[in-house]
Amino acid sequence: MSDWLKRSAEVMCKSTTDDTVYSSCFAGKGDLTYLQWLFQAWGWTLLVALVALVIALILGVVIGVMRTLPNKGVAFFGEAWTELFRNIPVVVQLLIWYNVIPEIFTPLKSVPPIVLAFVGLGLFTSARIAQQVKSGINTIPKGQGYAGLAMGLTLAQTYRYVLLPVALRVVLPTLTSESMNIIKNSSVAAAIGVTEMYYFATQAGEETSMHATMYLGVTILYFISAFTINRLAAQVEKRSRLPGAFGGAK
Amino acid sequence: MSLNLDYSFLTTDVIKSNIVPGFEYALQLTLVAAVGGIALGTLVALMRLSSNKLLSRFATIYVDALRSIPLLMVILWFFLLIPSSFYAAIAGDFGVNHRPEFSAVITFTIFEAAYFSEIMRAGIQSVSRGQVQAGYAVGMTYAQCMRLIVLPQAFRNMLPVLLTQTIVLFQDTSLVYAIGAYDLLKGFQTAGSIYNRTNEMVLLAAVVYFILSFSLSMLVRRLQKKIQIIR
Repeated sequence: MSDWLKRSAEVMCKSTTDDTVYSSCFAGKGDLTYLQWLFQAWGWTLLVALVALVIALILGVVIGVMRTLPNKGVAFFGEAWTELFRNIPVVVQLLIWYNVIPEIFTPLKSVPPIVLAFVGLGLFTSARIAQQVKSGINTIPKGQGYAGLAMGLTLAQTYRYVLLPVALRVVLPTLTSESMNIIKNSSVAAAIGVTEMYYFATQAGEETSMHATMYLGVTILYFISAFTINRLAAQVEKRSRLPGAFGGAK
Repeated sequence: MSLNLDYSFLTTDVIKSNIVPGFEYALQLTLVAAVGGIALGTLVALMRLSSNKLLSRFATIYVDALRSIPLLMVILWFFLLIPSSFYAAIAGDFGVNHRPEFSAVITFTIFEAAYFSEIMRAGIQSVSRGQVQAGYAVGMTYAQCMRLIVLPQAFRNMLPVLLTQTIVLFQDTSLVYAIGAYDLLKGFQTAGSIYNRTNEMVLLAAVVYFILSFSLSMLVRRLQKKIQIIR
């Protein structure tokens, strides 16, 4: 065990190109240790998750609202969107973005895979967020919307000033778990060539034959990411909690 | 704009030899992991709700740990850590030759148990405390209370959620590509690469997953309505 730890520490501080072991674990210019590579991969994981989350939030709110609108056509489009992106495995969706979509829109062929991962993961997650936004809006008593309309607000104003401020705050706790999900799901982006942490785990494991060491490093960083998001979200939740609603009294 | 799809290569033979085995495995994996995961998950939920600090601490760590790591990493870990000799012991040569497939079954059961246990915990907590107290009052033991009063109601209340999670589990079986197990997606990909028709097969895979998951979730929705009326 202690022997394994020693070898693990050594391989992490080793150069990825030759057998040099750096005592500081950080190589200078032009070279990279496995530890540095791991941190880079962590950066890609966080970047994919973050950008996808922003896309998912924007689209999710829009689609979620569409699903509650009185216009049948618009509501149907929202429903269809949600079902489409919810019922196909995320890896299949990414493969379609990577293989099929650029055949249809040829300019996409020159786009780096990470952009396709942003879009693919973002759209996948948008369906789940739309689901929560819709149920958030539906938990508000119908009378509030009617009251808004009766006062002469337009439908858009009713959403903007009456429904969404309440609904989005009700939805917030579930968004915590979606943010954690998106970090975990970003591991699938390696399937289309994004060099994030799952990619690092398999690749570095192959190169060094120290699979457990590499998996452990990656697993710890996933833990830290999940934990950090959890804490951050708890803070956001606390600040935006609606007084008197769903545990707001606590 | 040139997506020339050509499915003419897709004969019954191609489907039978490439896709059907993958489909069968995906179904087996889903069923075993769902049944095993719900059983194990219920146990974990009971541990988590137990007054024994040690048990509930263990259950909390089990659930939280598995829920903060991507399934892909969990699949890699189990494949790495369970030695071939284990598969030889449970299924002989067949087990060794199908190591990824067996490994995925074990991984999914243990992994999904963490998710199922959270559902079952909510289910158990949805049964009012008074019923358990009434059970104790008529002289039932803890085990009897759980088996005869709480768990049947918990299962029933949570059935739609358990089934929805099983649909998610079915979609997640596509992730076994991490260790090269032969599942539904792999079946499509194999056929696609043999006949050099990758795009056709990825699209068809999406259609098949969609039809299966969507129709199952429609069934769950109907079931949910039924249960709601009776309650």
